[in-house]
Amino acid sequence: MLTKLFSGDTPRSGLLTVLLLIVLVSLAFAPFLFPGTKSLETAARICIFIVLVASYDLLLGYSGIVSFAHTMFFGIGAYGTALALSSTGPSYWSMIWGTAAGAVLAAAFALAIGLFSLRVKAIFFAMVTLAVASAFAVLVSQMSWLTGGEDGLNYKIPRELTPAFKLVKEKVLGVRINGKLLAYYLVFFASAILFLMMLRIVNSPFGRTLKAVRDNAFRAEAIGYRVVWYRTTATVLSAVMAALAGSLLAIWLRYTGPATTLSMEIMIDILLMVVIGGMGTLYGAVLGATIFILAQTYLHNLMGVAADATSAVPLVSTLIAPERWLLWLGVLFILSVYFFPTGIVGRLRAGRA
Amino acid sequence: MSDTSIKPRIEKVPLSEQFFQKLPVLLVPMLALGGLVAIGSPDSWLTLTVAGLAMGMMIFIMASGLTVVFGLMDVINFGHGAFVAVGAFVGFTVLAWLAGWTTSPSVMLNLFAVLIAILAAMLVTGLLGYAFERVIVMPVYGEHLKQILVTMGGLIVAQQMIYVVWGPDELHLSRPEALKGSFVIGEAAIEKYRLVAVGIGLALFLAMRHILKSTKVGLLVRAGVENGEMVEALGYRIRRLFLIVFMTGSALAGLGGVMWGLYQETITAHMGSEIMVLVFIVVIIGGLGSVEGCFIGALLVGLLANYTAFLAPKVALISTIALMVAILMWRPQGLYPVVKAK
Repeated sequence: MLTKLFSGDTPRSGLLTVLLLIVLVSLAFAPFLFPGTKSLETAARICIFIVLVASYDLLLGYSGIVSFAHTMFFGIGAYGTALALSSTGPSYWSMIWGTAAGAVLAAAFALAIGLFSLRVKAIFFAMVTLAVASAFAVLVSQMSWLTGGEDGLNYKIPRELTPAFKLVKEKVLGVRINGKLLAYYLVFFASAILFLMMLRIVNSPFGRTLKAVRDNAFRAEAIGYRVVWYRTTATVLSAVMAALAGSLLAIWLRYTGPATTLSMEIMIDILLMVVIGGMGTLYGAVLGATIFILAQTYLHNLMGVAADATSAVPLVSTLIAPERWLLWLGVLFILSVYFFPTGIVGRLRAGRA
Repeated sequence: MSDTSIKPRIEKVPLSEQFFQKLPVLLVPMLALGGLVAIGSPDSWLTLTVAGLAMGMMIFIMASGLTVVFGLMDVINFGHGAFVAVGAFVGFTVLAWLAGWTTSPSVMLNLFAVLIAILAAMLVTGLLGYAFERVIVMPVYGEHLKQILVTMGGLIVAQQMIYVVWGPDELHLSRPEALKGSFVIGEAAIEKYRLVAVGIGLALFLAMRHILKSTKVGLLVRAGVENGEMVEALGYRIRRLFLIVFMTGSALAGLGGVMWGLYQETITAHMGSEIMVLVFIVVIIGGLGSVEGCFIGALLVGLLANYTAFLAPKVALISTIALMVAILMWRPQGLYPVVKAK
C-alpha cells in the first residue's frame, strides 16, 4: 500500500527515510508542534517550495534541461489565482477557475517555448528562457492596471480560510482552530498530493523514457522515441506543477507581487535547492527545500551573532554578515556541483550501498 | 594538347545566393529606415539612431567575448555578467580616485582618466577571467548542464563579493566634463558620449575582425572553432589558446561594464545579470560563435530598443524578444551559424 503510494520509489536509505519522516511529521503537525505565526509561515513556505522545487527537478534532474523560466510559470499560477480572486470576489469558485486558468496558460507558454527552442540544444533553451522570463517579469511590473505593478495585488480569500473564522470555540492542545489553520492544511494536503503525483510521473514509463533521453538523447531517438516530444511534455508538466504551486502561494499569502513570485532571486533559490538536495530524485527536492528555507529563516540570526562576535576583525565580519549568506550558498552550490552532483540524497543512498 | 588542358572549374555562387548570404547585413539599414518611417520626425530619428547604435556597440563589446568563447570551446558562461559588473565597479572606483582629473576642464586629462579607468577595469576582469576559467569552468568542459549550473554559481558568488567589497548601495558617478553635453545638428541633439561609444565599438569590431582574419592567433581561433581536435593534432595547445580568448572576453566584458556604467551613470551589483539578458538575445540572434553576427545582432537590438522605447515604451524589452523569435523563425541557428549544433 505504502509502496504503491510512493509509486515504488522508496527512499532506499535508512537515514534518508528518517529525515523524510521527520520532515513529514513536522510539516503535518506544524501548527501544534511549533506554535506561532512565524513558524507556521515557514512551514507553509516549505510545503509550497517542495512542490515548486520538485517540479523543477522534473526538468533539471530527470530531463537534463536547464530552464530559467520556472519562476515565470510559478508567477503565472500565482497571478491567475490572484486576479480571479480580486476580480470576481472571494469565492471558492473563483479560486478554482483562477488556478485552472493559470495552469492552462502556463502549459500554453511552456509548449510554445519548448517547441520553439528545445529542438536545437540545451544551452539554447537556457538562454531563451532566461530572456523570456526577464521580459515577462518586466511586463508584469509595467502592466500595473492589471497586475498592480511592483506593489502587487492584495485580495480576499474565502472567509473560511482566514484567521477571523473560528471552527471550534476552545483551543485544542493550546492552538486556536481557525481559518488560518484550515488554510495551512489546504496547502499541506495539496502539496502532498501534487508531490505524490510527480512521484507517479517520474516512475511511470514516461519518466523512465525521460531519463533515457537525458542520458543519451541520440540513442533514445534511434530507439524510436521522439526526443522533442518527451522534452516538451516534461517542460509542460513541470510548468503546470509550478503554476499550481504558485496558486497555493497566492492563496496562502493573500498577496501576489513580482518580488514573491517572479524575481530572479527566487529562480536562483530554486536552483540551489535542487542541486543541494539532489538532482534527479524528488526526495532531494524535499530535503533541499526544507534545509534551504530553514536556513533562510533561522540561519540569518545565527550569522548575525557570529558577525557580532567577530566584529573586531574587519573582513571576516563583513563576509559572515547575515546579508551575505547567499555568498556561502553560492560556494556550497559550486562545490556540490563538482563533488556531490547527486546532492544530499545521492550521498545518503551511496553511503548505504 | 594545350587545347584540351583541363581547366579547374570555379563554382560561381549564383547572384541570388550571394544576395541571400549578405541579407543579414542589410537588416540594419532596413531597420533604421523602418524606424524613420515609423517615427516620422528626422531629428528625433537621428537622436534615437545614434543612441541605438551606441547601445548596440556597448552590447557588442560585452557579447563578443561570450560568443567567441562559445565558438571555440563550446562553453557558455552564464557568469559573464559578473565581469561586466566588476569592470564597472573597478572603473568607477578609479574614476572616483581621479576626481581631480575628471572634473578639470582639460579634455586630455578627462580622456586620460577614462583610459586609466578602462585599463584598470580590463586588467582586473581579465585576471578574474583567468581565475574563473581555472577554478570554475575547467573541471566541467564538455558538460553543458554542469557548465550552466557552475557558472551560474560563479555569478552568485561574484555578485555577493561585489557587495562585500563595495557595499550594498548603488554607485553614482557623473561623466567627465569632456563627455558631458551634446552636439546639436539641426534640431537633433546627439550626446557626445554616445559618439565616443560608437567610435570605440566600431574600432573594436574592426580590430577584432582584423585579428581573426589576418593574424596567426586569429587563424588558430577560427580553426579551433571549426575543428578543435584537428588544431590540437597539429600541435597547438588549444587549452592555452582558449584561456587567452577567455581572458580577452572577460576583459572586454569589463570594458563594456565601464562604458555601460558611464552611460547610465549608476551601477549596481546586479547590473550584470540585467545586461546579460540583452547579451544573450544578441548572441542568439547573431548565431552562437559568430563575431559578425553578434555585431549585427547588437546593432539590431540597440536600434530596435531605442525606437520602441520612443514609440511604445512599455513593450521595449518585449520587442527585442520578438525580434529574436522572428530571426530564429527565419534562421533557426541565428544569422550566421558558425558552430554546428552539437
